[in-house]
Amino acid sequence: MTTTWLIFRRSLRQSLRNPAWVLIGVFQPLIYLALFGPLLIPVVQNTPGFPPGDAWQVFVPALVVQQVVFGTLFVGFGLISEYRAGVIDRMRVTPASRSALLLGRSLKDVVVLVLQSVLLVLISLPFGLRAPLGGVLLALVLIAVAGLAMSAASYALALRLKSEEALGPVFNTFGLPLLLLSGVLLPMSVAPDWLYAISRANPFVHIVDAERALFRGDLGDPSVLIGAGVTAALVVLCLTWGIRTFHRESA
Amino acid sequence: MTARGLARTFRARRGRTVEEVTAVAGVDIDVAAGELVGFLGPNGAGKTTTLRMLTTLLAPTAGTATVAGHDLRTDPAGVRRRIGYVGQSGGAGPDCRVRDELELQARLYGLSAAEAAGRAADLLGSFDLGEAGSRVVQTLSGGQRRRLDIAMGLVHRPPLLFLDEPSTGLDPQSRANLWEHISRLHAEHGTTLFLTTHYLDEADALCDRILVIDRGRIVAAGTPDELKRRVSGDLVVVGADSPEVVARLATDLPGEQPAVDGSTVRFRTPDGAGVLPALLRGMDAAGVAALSVEVRRPSLDDVFLTLTGRTLRDAEADVPDPAAAPVGAAR
Ligand SMILES: Nc1ncnc2c1ncn2[C@@H]1O[C@H](COP(=O)(O)OP(=O)(O)O)[C@@H](O)[C@H]1O
Ligand SMILES: [Mg+2]
Repeated sequence: MTTTWLIFRRSLRQSLRNPAWVLIGVFQPLIYLALFGPLLIPVVQNTPGFPPGDAWQVFVPALVVQQVVFGTLFVGFGLISEYRAGVIDRMRVTPASRSALLLGRSLKDVVVLVLQSVLLVLISLPFGLRAPLGGVLLALVLIAVAGLAMSAASYALALRLKSEEALGPVFNTFGLPLLLLSGVLLPMSVAPDWLYAISRANPFVHIVDAERALFRGDLGDPSVLIGAGVTAALVVLCLTWGIRTFHRESA
Repeated sequence: MTARGLARTFRARRGRTVEEVTAVAGVDIDVAAGELVGFLGPNGAGKTTTLRMLTTLLAPTAGTATVAGHDLRTDPAGVRRRIGYVGQSGGAGPDCRVRDELELQARLYGLSAAEAAGRAADLLGSFDLGEAGSRVVQTLSGGQRRRLDIAMGLVHRPPLLFLDEPSTGLDPQSRANLWEHISRLHAEHGTTLFLTTHYLDEADALCDRILVIDRGRIVAAGTPDELKRRVSGDLVVVGADSPEVVARLATDLPGEQPAVDGSTVRFRTPDGAGVLPALLRGMDAAGVAALSVEVRRPSLDDVFLTLTGRTLRDAEADVPDPAAAPVGAAR
């Protein structure tokens, strides 16, 4: 527990030393919000099959999820440069718990992600977002757990590949389809049947659906339960993988 | 520390085929408490791999070892508590503050916040990093950086410290300074040191005992003097106005046959200083005046050449491509 806190604090200090990165993380969704959001308003009104809620209630929760995929998933790059500087080896020769070495880092990523999401929601208010506080808070909890999963997965992959050149293509190959098939830009409910069917295999589509329901304040919607279940499964899977990787020799 | 038959193979992809690379082919190592032992070999010889096995970072493919009194395989946690390790690439986070990193490292070994702060302050002082404490690691000079790395390996006062190429990449002055710190650490605290190097002068200057590793095997062991003596003997160079007379006298001495080059005669003999008086007396008796006399102790370069048939420099040139992409660990 202490070790997790120590690693968390170290990691947070590193982020605070480069606060620009936290802001840059919010910048991309902001661009979407300003330049793509307005396009959605007429589309939402005129397209049958769109999920309930207004354009912002459909779009903002999706942008929050997008931050998980395009923000948190990339934390592995930072770990590779630390590995190269010998930081990971230096920590692994101490008796410190290996899971704490991972958890401390991942929890920092979660804090950054939640901060970014809060910022994004606040900025969305003047655009016209109206959402119930309770729903948004629950949505943030779900995002935090999904972020924990992505961060652990990113570190696990980074520690196995150990090179930016190898990691980049993996993220690009899987990141983009994962994102397009999650209904972030346009909900999968407007997709043709075959595409819709494929998208169901993507955990993020369920997370996006759940986030949208929560932003509408529709807490009883079945998609919330499904999204929560999928996220829980994802975090167990990714944390197990991450911790196993940190335990394994980092040959 | 005792290691028996320690070995490690990697699977590496080379083009389309995956091949097994034997990084360490079974080494036996004995280091007694309080020794300063050098592990000398060219790049790619397997030094880092051996060190990473001995420090629990890498599982050996074969072999056993007891490090600081604990079994490497059955009690890695016990080993970790008793050793310090300074990796080849250091270990301090480039974007972290010096004191923060030192204190964190101490806390990872279970020290309290107050103890950690005390240790950090002590170490900053004894490694001449006093004013650097609140600086960010990447702003340090190479020498300061290396001293910080060593200080981090010592926060828990381990009786045994591993150093991987401590002075590689440093300018001569920082190197000399680092050697001083290492010698002092050894002399004042009795810390057992096991350091790798591919510099002959470093092994020669610092170490009580040297293990020479080449292509994953230990090819020689001994004190620097033993190694030098065992292999080639001293080189004696005599300049004289009648070199042929000197050469005739030298032929009767133990060792190699002399070679004449202009007015100088060179020959190798096990004890150069010991044969000089007799040689000079003989020259005197024959009426030959010595213009210059020089006894050159063999360098470890000579040793390496005799042991492996290659000079250290040649050995560096034919290292297998380190860029071969690792596919995973062979078990
Ligand atoms: N992770 C790895 N995967 C594949 N080969 C490796 C790996 N690590 C080291 N090697 C190979 O093992 C050999 C010994 O490497 P190393 O122990 O780093 O040598 P040294 O430290 O003496 O320079 C080299 O040929 C190197 O290419
Ligand atoms: Mg090395």
